[in-house]
Amino acid sequence: MKLNRKNKSKSEISTSSLPDIIFMLLIFFMVTTVMREFEGLDVVLPRAEKIEKLESKRHTVHIWMTKDGLISVNDKIVSVNNLGDVMYMKLTNDPRITVSLKSDDESRMELLTEIHTQLRKAQALKLNYSSLTKTSDL
Amino acid sequence: MLRKPRRTAQQEINSSSMSDIAFLLLVFFLVTTTISLDKGISLILPADGNELEVNRKNIISILINDKGKVLMDDNPTKIKNIKSKAEKKIAGNSNIIFSVLTHKNTKYRDYILVLDQLKQANATKISIANPPSF
Repeated sequence: MKLNRKNKSKSEISTSSLPDIIFMLLIFFMVTTVMREFEGLDVVLPRAEKIEKLESKRHTVHIWMTKDGLISVNDKIVSVNNLGDVMYMKLTNDPRITVSLKSDDESRMELLTEIHTQLRKAQALKLNYSSLTKTSDL
Repeated sequence: MLRKPRRTAQQEINSSSMSDIAFLLLVFFLVTTTISLDKGISLILPADGNELEVNRKNIISILINDKGKVLMDDNPTKIKNIKSKAEKKIAGNSNIIFSVLTHKNTKYRDYILVLDQLKQANATKISIANPPSF
């Protein structure tokens, strides 16, 4: 018995909606990506294994600390003694602030303790020591 | 006089290259956007002037000197061994508090390494003591 093929027309996947799909992806990426806001200072971040992601980018204040003891808060150079006041001002504007501290590998604990004290004074208690993912087990 | 319509075929803008353009833009955005590096070790600082008295038995002190050497519970310890030691201590007493004390010249790197070890041992109670001024 001979079977007849029912559909003789060539079936093709319609590609007319492909640009729409790509545009949708494009818009998704454009909306979700946040451009880097701050330049920061030149620091070499330490490496750690058990690291957590910051909750939200909008409620984050970045503090940079170089090994020479230079401190910058959101790209403004601040002296240690004024840090508490600066942070207090920021917290009154947004109480949900998390501090992301980007400190150099080689910086000394003396300065970090000063920062801790200032942050505690300003009631900015949520702190995150920014670090990179450790790749190899040393 | 009979006028014939000149254009029989409907004219359309060729949109076949549209997807190519969109792809190009997509690739551009994919390449230029950097994934945020905002990751790190999270910690909640205690509020100012909120000092609690804790039983001495519940405290494990971890001292880090300026050379990066660690003294944990009065025993010299290698940094990579802190995790297993801390795990044992937590298993024995879940209320244990790790008090990290550093010298003022201690490098931040060593401090983060120790903190990372404690975090890996799932230590939740970590206290950061102020270095005494020598």
